[in-house]
Amino acid sequence: MPVNHYVFLSLALFCIGVAGVLTRRNAIVVFMCIELMLNSVNLLLVAFSRMHNLAGTAVDVAGRPGIEAQLFVFFIMVVAAAEVTVGLAIIVMMYRNIHSVDINFLNRLKH
Amino acid sequence: MSKLIPLVPLLPLIGFLVNGLGRKRIPKGLAAIVGTGTVLASFILSVLLFLEVRSSSAAPEAVKLFDFIRTAGLDVSFSFLVDRLSALFLLIITGVGTLIHLYSTAYMHEEEPPHYARYFAYLNLFVFSMLLLVMGSNYVVMFIGWEGVGLCSYLLIGYWFGKDEYTAAANKAFIMNRIGDLGFLLAVFWMIARFGTTDFAGVFEKAPEASTAALTGITLLLFLGATGKSAQIPLFTWLPDAMAGPTPVSALIHAATMVTAGIYMIARSHVLYSLAPITQNVVAVIGLATALLAATIALRQNDIKKVLAYSTVSQLGFMFLGLGVGAYVGAVFHVMTHAFFKALLFLGAGSVIHAMHHEQDIRRMGGLARYMPVTHATFLIGCLAIAGIPPLSGFFSKDEILTAALMKNPVYYALGVLGALMTAFYMFRLYALTFRGSFRGSESQAAKLHESPAAMTIPLVVLAVLSVAGGWVGIPPVLAENAHRLKDFLAPVLEAGQAAQGDAAHHISHSTELMLMGGVVALILAVAAWAWRTHSVTMTSEDRPSGGLKGLLENKWYVDELYQSVLVKPLGALSRFLSEKFDRIAIDGIVNGVGRTVQHGGRQLRLLQSGQVGSYILIMVLATILFFVIQLFGKS
Repeated sequence: MPVNHYVFLSLALFCIGVAGVLTRRNAIVVFMCIELMLNSVNLLLVAFSRMHNLAGTAVDVAGRPGIEAQLFVFFIMVVAAAEVTVGLAIIVMMYRNIHSVDINFLNRLKH
Repeated sequence: MSKLIPLVPLLPLIGFLVNGLGRKRIPKGLAAIVGTGTVLASFILSVLLFLEVRSSSAAPEAVKLFDFIRTAGLDVSFSFLVDRLSALFLLIITGVGTLIHLYSTAYMHEEEPPHYARYFAYLNLFVFSMLLLVMGSNYVVMFIGWEGVGLCSYLLIGYWFGKDEYTAAANKAFIMNRIGDLGFLLAVFWMIARFGTTDFAGVFEKAPEASTAALTGITLLLFLGATGKSAQIPLFTWLPDAMAGPTPVSALIHAATMVTAGIYMIARSHVLYSLAPITQNVVAVIGLATALLAATIALRQNDIKKVLAYSTVSQLGFMFLGLGVGAYVGAVFHVMTHAFFKALLFLGAGSVIHAMHHEQDIRRMGGLARYMPVTHATFLIGCLAIAGIPPLSGFFSKDEILTAALMKNPVYYALGVLGALMTAFYMFRLYALTFRGSFRGSESQAAKLHESPAAMTIPLVVLAVLSVAGGWVGIPPVLAENAHRLKDFLAPVLEAGQAAQGDAAHHISHSTELMLMGGVVALILAVAAWAWRTHSVTMTSEDRPSGGLKGLLENKWYVDELYQSVLVKPLGALSRFLSEKFDRIAIDGIVNGVGRTVQHGGRQLRLLQSGQVGSYILIMVLATILFFVIQLFGKS
């Protein structure tokens, strides 16, 4: 199975995420779209790690391909989890204050 | 002994610092003691130094204090040189300076404490600057002193700063001096470019190799500086206005310091001047013209200090005539005798003004001889000395300059004699109007007429003795062989200039010289007697303004008005145009335009900040895509 398929899949997921972030006004949906973008990148990393790193220099003692990219994925997941807690907390606070999760209300800095 | 040299200027500087910084706390008595004492100590040191340089025949070494400017191509050290010429000037400055300080303690006694100490602080600073000027061993140190005396004259002329006209006079003095200073500064730059040094020794050593054009340029620029400082045409009008300051200050400016700076500088640079004959002629002609112009103005002035001021300008003209014809010793000699009798005359005038309660118009004086015997006697001696009547000091020095002028050019001599006759006339007119005839002032003034206190009369008596005897160090060869001790004394310093003069000295026989001398003295006596007789009046008829030549002289040839309309007004109009039009419209327009553009641009750009998170993200995404596109396709 060529790596192209994975690339196209993650590209599609990323574009869907971007489009969601740009078009949606509900903060939770925007948030989910950001997660989608993050995970599309994760998918790409895993795919490249598995399919494309056979002749890489980073080889373990047994001669198997390296898993650095896969480790990166875990790293991103952890960061994303932390981000989710903070982000959801912000959204909860936002709802408490303005009784809405519409991001277009978040324009107070302008004034 | 050379360790004492830095102390000479340092003491007045300490006096300045003490009086200047502590002027609010120091009582008047202490301020006077500090001010006078430091200059007196400096005088004692000067006497010691003078005796030392007189006894040693070796050329004195410069005493280096510290490096002042040190770069690859230029090495200027802050160093002092006390040779015979500067030792003589040290004596004049500190000696006459001490007497003037002493006199001031009495003359200024009405001043309030902070101003009293301020006055002495300025006087000390003045003496300090002048000492720096004559002691410097290179042109840069000289220039520091040169600027210092300019500053101090400004401070002292404007000492009574409450009156607008006094501050205007101070400004005038300062600005006119600055014009001259610019010439001095340019000359120093030229010297550095041409010789690579400003040390007197170094410059004079390399001077013969320089081109005549460079030497003429340098000496002319130096002379421009001298015209500013020593009040010669065209920069002489500040000196009569400098009368705004207290009278002892006038004495200090006119006798011991300031105006002699130009003479000293040219005498010091005589090696350069001897190599530049064009400049010498310029110096002689300007000096002569100034001597005559100022003397004619002095004929018709009615302010006691103004007459003396124009007489100073005129005498300085004589000194420059002497310098121009190569009689450097004669010029320095005249500086010395002039310091004595001009200080005497100014202090005497101060004594009169003091007695008359600040009346300066000689038309309202008269008959003061009865009330002020000491002032009268000393003033008369001063008049006799400045008029050039033997055997008083002025005769010898003026005669030496005139003799040198005769050898150079008989026209110089004739005009010089004319100037000397006018000197005799205006001095005896002044004397007769002030001390002879009957009193013409008000009743209240007459009731209070009194002789001045001892602190004022003692300096007068000392100066009177010096005015009589000061000339005896320079008796010309026609009267006594080998009696010109001043010439022998100054010979090591001024020998180059004297050698040139010595060649010409054989043109005239002693008998001719004696005859001319006798004739001139007889003429002077006749003019003096005429002035005395015609002005010993009971009533003065000079109150009404007169027309014709008299009016021209009374208005000082309208030189001030000429400068006013030719220079000051156009410059003022230009400045006003620049400040009101050019500055407002062009300069302010550019500055405000930049500000307004930024403001306006900011207001427009602000619209981009919609506050809509979505739009920010859209811009971010678009920008990212743009960068990707550039990255992918832009390189090929």
